Amino acid sequence: MPELTFDEQAVVSGTQGEGAAMAMRIVAESARLMGAPRLIPVASAHIDGALYHGDSGTLFAEKLVAGGAKVAVRATLNVGALAPAGCATIRLPPHERDMAARMMRAYEAMGCEPSWTCAPYQAGHRPAQGSDVAWGESNAVVFCNSVLGARTNRYGDFLDIACAIAGRAPDYGLHRQENRLATLVIDASALSRELRSSDVFYPVLGTILGRSAGTAIAVIDGLQGCTSEDRLKALGAAAASAGGVGLFHIAGVTPEAPDLATALGNQPPRERMTLTPQEVQSALARLSTAGETGRIDAIAIGSPHLSLAEIDEVEHLMAGRRLKAPLYANTGRHVLRPLEADGRRKALEAAGVIFVADTCVVVTPILPEVEGAVLMTNSGKFAHYAPGNTGYAVTYGSLAECVESAVAGKLVREPRAWA
Amino acid sequence: MGLIADILIPGNDAAGPCLALTAPISFWGGVDPKTGDIIDARHPQRGRNIAGTVLALPGTIGSSSASAVLLELVHAGRAPAAILMDTPDAILLLGLVVAREMGWETPPALRLSATAQQSLDGKRLLVSSQGAITTE
Repeated sequence: MPELTFDEQAVVSGTQGEGAAMAMRIVAESARLMGAPRLIPVASAHIDGALYHGDSGTLFAEKLVAGGAKVAVRATLNVGALAPAGCATIRLPPHERDMAARMMRAYEAMGCEPSWTCAPYQAGHRPAQGSDVAWGESNAVVFCNSVLGARTNRYGDFLDIACAIAGRAPDYGLHRQENRLATLVIDASALSRELRSSDVFYPVLGTILGRSAGTAIAVIDGLQGCTSEDRLKALGAAAASAGGVGLFHIAGVTPEAPDLATALGNQPPRERMTLTPQEVQSALARLSTAGETGRIDAIAIGSPHLSLAEIDEVEHLMAGRRLKAPLYANTGRHVLRPLEADGRRKALEAAGVIFVADTCVVVTPILPEVEGAVLMTNSGKFAHYAPGNTGYAVTYGSLAECVESAVAGKLVREPRAWA
Repeated sequence: MGLIADILIPGNDAAGPCLALTAPISFWGGVDPKTGDIIDARHPQRGRNIAGTVLALPGTIGSSSASAVLLELVHAGRAPAAILMDTPDAILLLGLVVAREMGWETPPALRLSATAQQSLDGKRLLVSSQGAITTE
């Protein structure tokens, strides 16, 4: 059993109410099952548990609310199954819609911020380097650990909100410094600088990282001066959906890897791999399932949710043209607000962009059911989940190819050397 | 015959036919939360139903939503009668921790090696609240 402090035991016994007691018991039981010796305070939480999977999750959240539970630390909310701020129609049956809405209300009632985004780190929630936090949603977890240098395990349903209410998390895994060191080196320096400096490379690299690292921690070398925050976001999301990656380092780029040796804890790596054009092309091929077809029924971008900079780029690439195929732009309220303020949301919608806010096209039914439909995307995460969750086959491409294909209503490729 | 297993999540006495899986499973995407059917297309026990069985798991594939699927199964009355695990999976077992907090009848979970699990497949088992596993 983990050793609880006097204060923690008091909460378990009900001094803060039954909701707080239930949350602390869940955190303590999880610590026991994980073999954690104690609980540690957390500075913030990001809650993935408010996405409706079934009625039991709604009843759980409502029981916490009935017990008077409130979050003890800042807690942002990941996407829900409904889209109060977006313009896309959601095809959920009435019972599910009602239970999903009740669930979203219950989480807001506990004091969680209605951020409803899978990119909280671009919506003003950026914990300090070295701080312990309890985050859910695999892309947010990997970004938080890798790019911000804050410390979290992958907190899933129930445990995320329980940690937020308790203000505690089990002391194990990536909270501990000794578990954050890389054991695998991935050397990207043999690839052309042009490829390493292109957006479209990062979901492909993420796929390689996820498949080769699994739950081991890798440090990638050879990307100094090639990355941007949105590229790291795309890399992490693809890696977390292709494998169990919760943390990666990039030598000379991410905070815990000022250089290769530091990321490795000054130990020789257990394994080293050098990326070849063949490996890149094979990972690229895995991202598409549609095969040789020019058919495009819809385009989806924004997994993780689009930043304002990415919307700027979409607008720039559209250059005032109208779209023939629908382009679903998945983003959060934090991006829609400034877009609305200067009238750009309306103009983009008039040109054929469909904004999906507070949720996204792979977690709730938005895309119309069409036999043999093909979805184009520049997201490694959409490419991974869309076939199973939406029934659409996927064609992967760059953001420019996505926009040109939306304008043409069929697949448009630009020349690119994948080497 | 009888075995004594470590208790991971305590519960009442339970009984049911043993379904010993021969490959690791991901509950999320692998088990239908409404029915308990194994739906993972690549799983050797695809099409079998886990409801009411003493489910023996040689391994689990982690998804952070596994706990939500198990809680949903308990709520729907389609959970196993008891779970035997080679290696404790904290995320999956969290579903039982939460079910207990909800006041729902919760199947016990015990630790039993994958090797010991295989010899139990198809037998009707009694799992006592003290961790004893016996064939009827």
